[in-house]
Formats: sequence, structure tokens, C-alpha cells
Amino acid sequence: MTTSHNDSTVSLLGAGHVARGRIGGVPFAPEICLAAIGLSAMWFMPGDLSFLTRIVTSALFVLSLDLVLGYAGIVTLGHAALFGVGAYAAGAYAIHVTAEPLSGLLVGGLCGGLVALATGAVLLRTHGLTCLMMTIAIAQILLEVLNKWRSVTGGDDGLSGIIVEPIFGVIEFDFFGRVGFLYSLAVLVLCFWLMRRLVSSPFGLTCIGIREDRRRMTALGASVYKHSLAMYVAGGLFAGIAGALMAQTTQVVGLGSLGFTWSAEALVMLVLGGMGHLWGAIFGTILFMVVHHFASAIDPFKWMFVIGALLVAVVLLFPDGLVQAIRKQAVRWAARRSNRRRHD
Amino acid sequence: MELLLSILIDGLAYGMILFIISVGLSITMGLMRVVNLAHGVFAMLGGFLMVAVGSRFGLRPEMAAMLAVIAVGALALPLEKLIFRRVYGRSELQQVLLTIGLVFIGIAAVGTVFGNSLLAIPLPEYLKRSVDIGFRVIPMHRLAVVTAGLAVLVGLWFLFTKTRFGINIRASVDKAAAAEALGIDTSKVYRLGFMLGAALAALGGILGAELLPLEPYYPLKYLVLVLAIVAVGGMGSVFGSFMAALVLGTVETAAKYLMPEIASIMFYLTMLVVLSWRPHGLFGRQL
Repeated sequence: MTTSHNDSTVSLLGAGHVARGRIGGVPFAPEICLAAIGLSAMWFMPGDLSFLTRIVTSALFVLSLDLVLGYAGIVTLGHAALFGVGAYAAGAYAIHVTAEPLSGLLVGGLCGGLVALATGAVLLRTHGLTCLMMTIAIAQILLEVLNKWRSVTGGDDGLSGIIVEPIFGVIEFDFFGRVGFLYSLAVLVLCFWLMRRLVSSPFGLTCIGIREDRRRMTALGASVYKHSLAMYVAGGLFAGIAGALMAQTTQVVGLGSLGFTWSAEALVMLVLGGMGHLWGAIFGTILFMVVHHFASAIDPFKWMFVIGALLVAVVLLFPDGLVQAIRKQAVRWAARRSNRRRHD
Repeated sequence: MELLLSILIDGLAYGMILFIISVGLSITMGLMRVVNLAHGVFAMLGGFLMVAVGSRFGLRPEMAAMLAVIAVGALALPLEKLIFRRVYGRSELQQVLLTIGLVFIGIAAVGTVFGNSLLAIPLPEYLKRSVDIGFRVIPMHRLAVVTAGLAVLVGLWFLFTKTRFGINIRASVDKAAAAEALGIDTSKVYRLGFMLGAALAALGGILGAELLPLEPYYPLKYLVLVLAIVAVGGMGSVFGSFMAALVLGTVETAAKYLMPEIASIMFYLTMLVVLSWRPHGLFGRQL
């Protein structure tokens, strides 16, 4: 009991620290770090820009899952539905309305948010296993609807032929994907800033409180349903933007973007990094994608074995995620060293 | 009329298979409160072990099936002791993650050993024939499946109401702490219940191979199907699983006959409606 109390205090303090958004007094330090990581990756791997872009869009999707699961405590296995809806919406918008990219992102985000609002209103009335089952059912229904709605989505073949106009009408997407990567990175950094503001706001702290203890927060006068729904919609919004980004940078959308596997993979990435921390989502995605990139060359069953074993190990050995485990170990070493110094 | 009867017969057979596979999960989830997504792995292992044992030792299919069911039940014992026991009482998310991990490992293991292909389950001669039941001819196999489903239902009813072990299981499902205070060894009940659930899954996997073909990705493909039955029926309720399996099985079969375009949408829609109407399932109790 005491440990869980301590944990929640730690996460609340952590959120407060993030709220100021300064490391050593520099404003926007986390965003600058994120941009620097992205730019240096571009510098080191100039030939793998499409892979790097995929990491960036996935990271945004995993971040949106972190809002829903890590901050609001809603266990979902159907988050890809919101991503896929955003992707199809942005794709159809680019083909039928205009290929202007920024409004496409907004359309994707809005559709993701609207679907989250409509479905969340039903499924957040339940919780636990029932809620989990309903997220899966809703994702499957949406998948089937998009599968059968051939005239707009292309069904099994997927939606292709998505074109993207220059950003602001000036910056054209180049063949090597340099602009595509920088564009995605900019969207990721902006969304990261918005999410950081969101989770450290009073609203975000209330959601963390609900995740830790629903009953106590109800007694304090917070509406569990309204807060969960609002956070779910925010998650849907960002998931939709991530989907739209994926649609614009790869120029195809397939049914896999709504699939159960994609939801489960995002969950694995989040858990590897550690949920309830925005950086955990980013590092988890990078770790997963890099291992996948190099392991997918070997046969897919070995890859599944690696993922399965990682999951079992994380749950049994590092329940807070690998990143947290490493951080805690580092803190412990630092404490031991300073202790030793004091004894000397 | 004939269409209606056809729907009912096929829906019944399909529902029975769903029932046999998922009832074990319902028991273990009601009993141990563990969200086990890896239940399908037991069903798949049943089929693959049956073929492996049967072809290796040249056994009759019935014999091989029986051995496979027992083997899967026995395999569940170390799994429970080494892995599942560690997540009792932990959050749903951790249980979901652990068991998804086991699903991936199971897929990898079966895929590596048997290759990525469909598994043909050998049928004994007398099940390959068809029977004429008045208005149409159906494969003997379907009848055998329905009979087996009813036998499982009656057997579980007998086990749960007439035997000491069944009483212990029901007591542990209702209130584990009180059952323990009364001298029931709950961890032994958990262990046996888990083995029973795994063995039933293996039986369902083997019997249902005609309708739900066995392949390495089986546990992932039919994961939602099995969980849906448990959620709709209510965790821990044998009769609930039976009703849920029949209802969902018939709905999907009917939709396949009448509106094949949207058959699986109908399945999930039914599940969604039932769950928003009764969040704890048809026969589940508020926990």
C-alpha cells in the first residue's frame, strides 16, 4: 500500500517538474532535446529516412496511447482504430478535397477525436475486462466497416494514390524523404509540447489521480466518467494526427493500420519504455522499432519469440518498464556513490 | 423454413465448439481473476500435439486426441506454478501483457516446429460420413461436435454440483478468502481448475478444427472470439458461456447465410449491445 502511495507521489512530483518545462532554466528544454535527437538520427542515418519517419509517426501514436493508458488508466486493445480512422480520413481528404497537408492533419485529428468521443461515451461507462473487450469489439467493427466501404477506402487493396502538396504552398516533399522526415519531426515536437502541457495541467493531474484511485477521486468530487472521456478524446485526437501523418508520409493506407496487431504492438512499445511518462513512450518506440528493423530480416517467428519473451520478462522482472528500471538503477548507484563519499 | 433449420443446425454446431473452447477460460478467469489471453494457445497445442503423437506412434485419431488433451492439461501445471501464479492479484494490464507475451511465444514455438501451414486433423472413418436428417444432409462430424458439447455441459454440471471438487471451485469463485478460512486449499483448486480449463481448450481445438482451422496464428486469430464468449456469458459461469456461445454462434451463422457481407460486424455488434446492457455478462455477477 505504501509503495503505491509513494509511486503516485513520485509521478505527481514528476508531472509538476515537467510542468515548468525547464531543465536548468532553459524553456522548452524537452522539446529541444526531442528535436535534437531527431536531427542527429537524420545526420547518422541519412539513407534510412523512411524508416526514421516511421519511428516518428509511431512515436506520436504511442504517445497518444500513453495519454489514454498511462495517464487516464484506460486499458485498451483497440487504440489502432483511432489511428486508422485518422489515416483513412486524411487519405480520403487528400484525394477528394485538397492535398494541402496541414489541413489534412487537422481533418485526421478531428476524425480520430470524434470517433473517440462517440465510442468512448459507450465504453467508458464500464471498466476493467468489459471495457477492454469493448475496445476490441469497436476496433473490429470499424475495421469491417472500412473493409466493406470499398468506394472510399479501397477495401482489402487499401487506399493508394494519396498526393501531398507543398507545405504552406512552398516547401515541396522531396524524393529522398528529407522534408517528409523534418515535417513529421516538427509535428511530433509540437504535439509533444501540447501533451506535456495537457498532462501537467490540473486536468491532467486529476486524470492521474483517477488512475491511482477512482473511489477517492469520486469522493473528492471529480467526475471519473467526464475526465476519462476527455482524456480518451485527447488520445483519439493525437492518434488521428499520427494516422494522418502516416498516410501523408507513406502515401498509402491499409487495413493493417486499424488492426489488432498494431494496437498490441503499440502497447508493447509503451510498456517497454514505461507508461505514465511521455519520454517512456518515445524511448519504447525507438527501442522496439530498431530491434524490429534488424530482427525482421530473420524469420518472423523468431521476432515474435523475442517480443513475447521481452513482454514476459518486463511483467515479471520490471513492471515499471525498462526505461524506468534503468533510471531507478542509475539513481541507486548515484545514491550509493554519494553515500560512500560521505563515509570517506 | 429449411433455411431457418439450416441456420439453427450450423449455428448450434459452431456455438458448441465456441463453448468447449471458451468454457475453460471462463472457469479460470472466474476462479483466479486472471485475464488470460493465452487460452487459445492451449487449443492450438491440443491439435498440433494430436497430429504429432498420432503420426509418430501410428495411433488411432481418438487415442491420439485423448493423449493430446491429457498432455495439454499436464503442461498447464508448470505454467501455472512458474508464471501465472506470479500475476494473481496484479492489475489487468499486467495480466494482459504477460499473456499476450505467452501468445507470441506459443505462436513462435509452434511456427518454428511445425512450419507456417494449416494443420489437417485426421478424422476417424465413421466421422467422415454424412447423415440425412430429413431436410438436408449434414456431415457426421457436426453431430459428433454437438454431442460432445452437450457432454461437456452435462459433465461440468455434474462436476460442479455433485462433487467435492466442484463445491470447492464454486466456493473459491464466490469468495476465495472465505473458502480458505473454511479449510479449502485454494491454490490447489486454482491449479486443478487451470489444468481442467487447458484440457477443455485442447479438446475444443481438436473438435473445432474443421470450422476454426489450426495454424500457428490460431491463438491470435480467434483470441477475440473466445474472450467475447466469456465476457458476454459472464466470467465463472458455465451456463453463461453455453448460452453466450450459442447466441453468438447462431447470430454469426445467421448473418453468414442472410447478409454475408456483414457477418462479423453482426457478431461484434451483438457483443457490444449485450455488454453495454449487462456489463458483467448475461450470467455474471457483480464482482
